[in-house]
Formats: sequence, C-alpha cells, structure tokens
Amino acid sequence: MTSLTDLEKKINSELTTKINSTGIKHNQLYVEIDKEDLIDVTLFIKTNKNTKFRQLIDITVVDYPEKTQRFKIVYLFLSHEFNQRMVLSYEINENEVISSLTSIFPSANWMEREVFDMYGVSFKDHPDLRRILTDYGFKGHPLRKDFPLTGHTEVRYSEDKKKVINEPVKLEQNYRNFDYESPWEGTKYIKEQTKNDKKN
Amino acid sequence: MTKKIKNLNLNFGPQHPAAHGVLRLILELDGEVVEKADPHIGLLHRGTEKLIENKTYMQAVPYFDRLDYVAPMNQEHAFALAIEKILKIEVPIRAQFIRVMFCEIGRILSHILNVTTQALDVGALTPSLWGFEERETLMTFYERASGSRLHANYFRAGGVHQDLPAGLEADIAKFCDNFPKIINDLENLLTDNRIFKQRNVDIGIVSKEDALDYSFSGVMIRGSGVPWDLRKSQPYDCYNQLEFKVPVGKNGDCYDRYLCRIEEMKESISIIKQCLAKMEKGPIKTFDGKISPPSKKEIKQSMEALIHHFKLFTEGYRVPKDEIYTAVEAPKGEFGVYLISDGSSKPYKCKIRAPGFSHLQSMDYLIKGHMLADVPAVLGSLDIVFGEVDR
Repeated sequence: MTSLTDLEKKINSELTTKINSTGIKHNQLYVEIDKEDLIDVTLFIKTNKNTKFRQLIDITVVDYPEKTQRFKIVYLFLSHEFNQRMVLSYEINENEVISSLTSIFPSANWMEREVFDMYGVSFKDHPDLRRILTDYGFKGHPLRKDFPLTGHTEVRYSEDKKKVINEPVKLEQNYRNFDYESPWEGTKYIKEQTKNDKKN
Repeated sequence: MTKKIKNLNLNFGPQHPAAHGVLRLILELDGEVVEKADPHIGLLHRGTEKLIENKTYMQAVPYFDRLDYVAPMNQEHAFALAIEKILKIEVPIRAQFIRVMFCEIGRILSHILNVTTQALDVGALTPSLWGFEERETLMTFYERASGSRLHANYFRAGGVHQDLPAGLEADIAKFCDNFPKIINDLENLLTDNRIFKQRNVDIGIVSKEDALDYSFSGVMIRGSGVPWDLRKSQPYDCYNQLEFKVPVGKNGDCYDRYLCRIEEMKESISIIKQCLAKMEKGPIKTFDGKISPPSKKEIKQSMEALIHHFKLFTEGYRVPKDEIYTAVEAPKGEFGVYLISDGSSKPYKCKIRAPGFSHLQSMDYLIKGHMLADVPAVLGSLDIVFGEVDR
C-alpha cells in the first residue's frame, strides 16, 4: 500500500457498509462514518496490515449550532508505517452519547476528557470522565459557539472573605465585535437595504 | 492486633520548582513507591482556541508564541503552513530558509532549557547556569529579527514579517562555531556523570508499542527506538533540501532521551549552518498584495497599496472554506493545527494539538512502581511546558 488512492479503495471495499463518504485533499484521507460504527472502523484501521493507523493524534469537535446534527466529532490518525494521515468524522445531536476509544487507544483518555470539558459531549465506557482544562467547579462548555468570549464568571481574591471568589463578569466596556466586511461586497445593512430597494 | 496500613496521598505542586510550571500532581504513595499519579492540569488555561476563533488570521499568530513559550516560532510555523496550504501560496525560498533557521534556533532554545533543568532536578546546578547564557544569546537573535526576545510574532502566511537586519547572519554563524564547545562542556558535566546516570538510566522506560499507543511524538518516541521525524518523513518548507540525521535511542529511558536531545542540538547547528550557506538575497514574503501587507514606502506612493494595507489590518485576508490538519516537528514533538475556515477572515475552528498533552497524560503509566524521587526525573525528561499543555 503506497498511495492514498489505494488506501481509499481498500477502506471502501473492506468497510463498504460502514463508510458514508471518502475524499482526499491536502494529502490526507477524509472519511465520514456513522456514530455506531466508530469502534469497528477504528479497530479495523488500527490492526489491518495494509492500514496500520497505530497512532491517534487527536480528537476534537466542531460546533455548528444552526444544524440539527450540531456536533461534528473528528478523529485524527497517523500511520507511521505508510506515512499517511487520516481524518475520521461523524455528526451527532446535542444530547447524544458516543462510545469511547480508551479501550483501543489509551491516549484517548485525556482527549475525550477535553472534548467533554469544552463541548459537553459525553462518552460511554470512559473510565474517568471529569473536566480537565477548566477550573474546579466550572459551569458551561467554553468552546461551544454560544458561550460568550468573556465567559460568565470572573475570579478575584476577596479581602473580606479572605478567599478567592467567583463573581459574574463585570466589564467597564463590553467586548466589541466590529463588522469589517468589505462594503463593496456589502455589509449586512447595505445588503438588506438593496434587497428592500429591489422589492420596491 | 493487626495494624491497618493506608497509602499516603501526596499533593505535588502546583507551586513546585520541579513541576516545570503549574502542574498539580496527586500521588498515591505506598512507602516511597508511587502507586498512582493523577495530574491535574489546566491551571494555565487561557482559552487560546476560543480567542483565535474571534481574531483574524493575522491577529491569531501571537497566540501561538504563548503556547510553548520556550520555542515560540516553531508553533507559528504550523499555523502559517496550514493557512498557506489552504490559500495555495508559494513561499519565497529565502523566507523558507529564514523560517527553518529560526525553527532550529527554537529547537536549541528548548533543548538547552530541558536538558539543563532536568539536570537541575536531579541535583546538578552548573549546567543551567552555563546553558542559560547561551539561551540569552539565542534570544537576542530572536530580538534582532522580530523585535522581541520571546513572543516573536514573526512568521506570516506567505513568509516572514521582515528581512533579517544587517549583520545578523554573520553573528548567527559565529554562534554556530562556538556552540559545539558549549555542548561539549555540558556533556562533560552530565553524560558520564555518575550521579546523573544513577538518576536517569532505566528510569521511565517506554517500550515501542506503548510509545505508539500513548500518542508519543518527538524525542519521546525516538528515545524508544522509533525513527520518526516529521522533518524527514513529511518534509515542510525547505527541509528536503537540507541534510541532517535523526538520532534514535535504544532503551527508551530518561537517559536515552537526554542523549537524543544533545545529539539533536548538534544536528540543529548543522542545519542552521546549511541554511546560512544556502540563503540568498531575495523576497521574504509572497508578493500577493491581498495577503501580505505592502511596505511603508509603497503605501506613501500607491493608492492600491494603501487600500491593501487598510483592508489587511481591519478586515484581514479571507481564507476559502476548507478543512486541514498540518503538523510540524516542534522541539517537544508533533505540534499540529487542525484548522477549519469558512470563507471569512476569521478561523471557524482552530484546534491545537500539543505534544506535551499526550506526554503528560502517560505520567501515571510512566511513574507507577518508581520511587518518589524519580518523579522529577521523569517529569523533566517528558519536556513539559504548561503553555502548550493547557493552551
């Protein structure tokens, strides 16, 4: 097995029923599957002698709040033997629970904890699903698109109580998001105005 | 009467000089033997990925300096490469050499820090005093090229921000002639040192299989005998025009990893020398005015340049809808950027893959059955920097 096209063919023929779509770009293989097939597909690509994706590089999530299948779960694999990279992904609803890869790749442990912490996606059969990067007792999932950049609470040392306390964020000036989009291609209000003008 | 023996729980850090930053490690001890280690991380979490989603591509670069802050430009490199691949920009050859040269300087910066502080953790003070002097010299090179010693903000999509100032190349060449002597001095102090060997040989052994399973990369995987280096296997920029060797360990213990780092520094010196020899005068960033800002002189003379400048520093450049994972061989291992662009001038998502994250994760596996005194030795050889672990 040398080229990515061969790999794509191989995976498509061996796992026909489990693969939704495949594609090659930027010298990487992109594979989309269904949530239920994750364990089977991962076991196959890890152990098969023609794929040998022995290393799980990372797990992450992309949040599309406007879609019904809100989260896209992404797994990055690396095969040292064939020097190939693969991106495996599937989409889930907001409240779905997905299977954990910890039994196949021990390194998935913290990666899944991070996904849980940042996006609130839960894993079944995970040995130790706790928050990892955020503070003890933190509420919310910061990398979701609907989580504000400034957060909800801020931390300070209270001289009265002699301890560190959490308070709602108070800013002298709110975070400002300017609309820099080129007016020649139309900022939102101009676009709306021209649309209205055309109607009239 | 039977006595009940309970294991002792020890809280190591978050303010401990051998924790290399803000690591809180909960250790379960049976006598002096570690039964379990549970690292608590995130004390330096700054929400880098969230912030990047709210900044333009150019504004996002400085955040990469603040990840692994001992080798800042290596991180910028991954981000720049990711954007370049999506935009399909050709980088001028001089810019490639400058970038590779500064990445290797970053590698030396990082390895000096790691080797000497690891020695400090196991009881040797002198190496760090000697090594930090050299780091200071290297950081002045950073300063002369980019304007700041640490947070360089120097690499751009399409090249680097500005050309090297006059005389810098000669000074770097002079440094390359002197530095092997310093490595020799460090080696004289450590390599055959009885105490250093007693503290490091056969400590924290990683087998080949486990190194793969635990997603190790960089020195951590090479120390265990896997000859894997992204600069060789998936060369980026001009690495395929340079000759260098990839040192590989045998036993996968702390001592082998130390030896790998020393050898890598020697290779880096040779790479820097080759870059200096092959570098010719020429452009240092792409000419595409839609991506790289015009010079001050042009702004004064050309209307188009003025408009480009204004658009680049307000709206920023747009990146077409795409999805890409790009990795570079940072001093600590595979540093990757998983970038999703949506056609606007801000990234839709930017996941940062830090090598230290998976290395630290294996702490429990590495330290089980070792003595308490081995914890700093193993931690030191993992080469953890909290900027990148916590992001």
